[in-house]
Amino acid sequence: MSLVNFTTREITCKIVYYGPGRSGKTTNLHYVYGRVPESRRGRMVSLATQTDRTLFFDFLPIDLGQISGFATRFQLYTVPGQVYYNATRRLVLQGADGVVYVGDSQARQLDENLESLQNLQSNLLEHGVDVRTVPLVMQYNKQDLPRELILTPAELDDALNFRGVPSFPADALHGQGVFETLKSISELVLKKLAAGSTA
Amino acid sequence: MTSTLNPKFTFETFVVGAANRLAVTAGRTVAENPGSAYNPLFIYSGSGLGKTHLLMAIGHSAKQLAPQLNIEYLTLDEYVEAFHAAIAAGQGDAFRRRFQNVDALLVDDVQFLTNRKEMQAELLRLTEALQQAGHQIVLTSDRPPAEIADLDERLISRFSGGLVVDMGVPDYETRVAILRRKAEERGARFQPGVLETAAGVEFPNVRELMGALNRLVAYQAVNDTPINAEAARQVLGVAASGAPAGLSTAASPTAAVSTGDEFSQFLTDVTVTVGKAVEAWRARVAEAVLRWEGEGYRTGRLEKLLDHDSPAAVDEAIASYIHDVERLKALEAEVGALDPQAAGDKVFRDPERMAEAEAEAAKVRDGAAPPPAPSGAFPLDSYAFGSSNDVALSAARAVIDAPGKKYNPLVLVGRSGLGKTHLLNAIGLELMKKKGAVVACLSTQDFVDELIAAIDGERVDWWRARYRRATALLLDDIHLLAGKDRTQEELFNLFNQFMDGDRQLVFTAPAHPNKLEGLEERIVSRLEGGLVAEIGDPDRAVRHTALERILGQQKVTPDPALLDYLADRPTDSVRSLTGVVQRVVEAAAAQDQPVTAGLAREILEGQPAAGARRTTGLRTSGLVVSSAGGVRSREKMVWDWPSAADRVIEDLR
Repeated sequence: MSLVNFTTREITCKIVYYGPGRSGKTTNLHYVYGRVPESRRGRMVSLATQTDRTLFFDFLPIDLGQISGFATRFQLYTVPGQVYYNATRRLVLQGADGVVYVGDSQARQLDENLESLQNLQSNLLEHGVDVRTVPLVMQYNKQDLPRELILTPAELDDALNFRGVPSFPADALHGQGVFETLKSISELVLKKLAAGSTA
Repeated sequence: MTSTLNPKFTFETFVVGAANRLAVTAGRTVAENPGSAYNPLFIYSGSGLGKTHLLMAIGHSAKQLAPQLNIEYLTLDEYVEAFHAAIAAGQGDAFRRRFQNVDALLVDDVQFLTNRKEMQAELLRLTEALQQAGHQIVLTSDRPPAEIADLDERLISRFSGGLVVDMGVPDYETRVAILRRKAEERGARFQPGVLETAAGVEFPNVRELMGALNRLVAYQAVNDTPINAEAARQVLGVAASGAPAGLSTAASPTAAVSTGDEFSQFLTDVTVTVGKAVEAWRARVAEAVLRWEGEGYRTGRLEKLLDHDSPAAVDEAIASYIHDVERLKALEAEVGALDPQAAGDKVFRDPERMAEAEAEAAKVRDGAAPPPAPSGAFPLDSYAFGSSNDVALSAARAVIDAPGKKYNPLVLVGRSGLGKTHLLNAIGLELMKKKGAVVACLSTQDFVDELIAAIDGERVDWWRARYRRATALLLDDIHLLAGKDRTQEELFNLFNQFMDGDRQLVFTAPAHPNKLEGLEERIVSRLEGGLVAEIGDPDRAVRHTALERILGQQKVTPDPALLDYLADRPTDSVRSLTGVVQRVVEAAAAQDQPVTAGLAREILEGQPAAGARRTTGLRTSGLVVSSAGGVRSREKMVWDWPSAADRVIEDLR
């Protein structure tokens, strides 16, 4: 999928929020949805499926209007976190320009975090994409939970962020870190376009 | 049936912002050069963003710059109505004529063409006619041509063939500027911050923005007190965040402010990033594409660059593209001077086809359209000379030696068949041998026909340019100009230019110019101003030489007796000699005998040669009108009887 179309003068970024179940991906989208003026955003689509195994994701289109003469649109997706929805995850991941990995900061969720991260890598590979080339940022969500239940961002970096990508502590429910994350991934995606390669 | 232009809708009252700058610039260009810049100009935008305003502004501006222009503004619905009314009244042709004669046609809301096949066909015809005549068309729509449902492919390509520009929603600054200007127009004054508050609301179009202003004006008038920013917010039902009420989900004002900021901050950041990305090579390419596309050049080569991930040497590619375009421009200008019609060729707009453009230019330059050259069938060497034409011949030699200097113009006068055309072409051929010479040599009839064709094809400029290029102009049978006023006019101008440039002019005429009827005085006097050289009836020497040539052409070895016999025969023109020789040669071939003087006499005089005498009562020239043909051709008739001396010699034989 072409990120920047110079003939129609459009920029379309597809950003996928990835992570284990109940880590707060949809919460991220809901927060963004609430902050975007109505004229700028499309209807947020949450597909909770016909049968229990196919489509199941959230979709939020945002229209950023004309930027440098380009009609700029962001499409934010979340994948279903539950392990058994991998087919859907793979589908949603297709053609993604950037990935936000939303991790659960709770110490007891560390294994799920790791498993999901590996799943991301293998699903990208299924699409013939090397995880090292995809713009990626990490968000450590639920940092508002009591200290004793969670790992610090530094600890999570050590555990999950072996690529050293930008990472953000967040409290998606209250909006902390949500836009920082979105901004960061947008920059990475757009910079990648500046480097002249389209995803 | 046609709307008049609303006097308020001018460029002066149009607020220009980033979202509509391109459209306005294009509009101004079109108003300044209707028909030549972007044709058609297609403007699209959402409802209420100023399409109609811009369209009318173009009309006003064009009218102001050139008041004589016939400008029609109408909406598509009006056009359709007018068309239906005209058809109903049986005035379909008058309707078409009326629109084909406008200099600038401004049609609003063409998206309503959907599902109107017959109107599409009508508009297609009109667009074609207007474009061909170089008349401007400006169209507006709420969507680009390709998105108008059910629109004929040919219309889509026509509409897209000029310039398609869109106008977006005005940004905040533009909104403020619009509100200020409109408030000023209404004589309404607001406290600082009021208009800014209204501008802060992201209305989807300017009309709603005007609605907001109306509310503010009305509120202020009713309450008799100046409204402030806070009150304005209430009037407009705006939550503090800057979005109309009902959109904001924020609970507390502070949170709302921060959330509003959060998104706009994000937007700013993205803008900066995109800006950086777009400033990179792609932006330069895109800019070049836009620029040259705007000038009407094909940009496929540049667009291809954008398909690459990281093409090498982008700037070089752009530079070479520009270089090619400059070359095309030069070629186009050059060709334009020679043949304005050919300059319109689209190869001059396509840097992909440089070679073709060069070839086309070369074709125009050297040969596609040179003026007709002298015929190679009339070399000077084969021109028979004698006392009857030595004045003309020596004048011709003088002209060949010093074209334009000595006898200019040279007018060769003589009856038909004396070799005027031969001498004219011979002069032309000799002149052509000079370096850089372009000799135009043709019959006056062809000259007239060419001009008529040029007028018919609207190529008169090209036609003129073609002859102006010539270094010598040789016209056969100038008397045919009689009654051709336009050609005389053109010739007069050419004449003067040739004389000014010391370029040679040679004409032939059957009689002295002052005896020719139907020629304008100014032409006659100019013809007389040079040398009028007469060619008399061919003398014996001329006949002898001419016969030698003619017999040579017939592949007959000229035997001296035959030559003498034939040359001694009186004749009034060289051309009739050809007829005589032909008769003899054919008869000889039929009888399977060699061509001899005896045979010739037998054939020509119709009697056995031996001792035969002509009966005195029957005088013939020896030329018998063919009984099969039965046509009394001048060439085969004897008009002037041989002189007594000639007859004596004949009698002695």
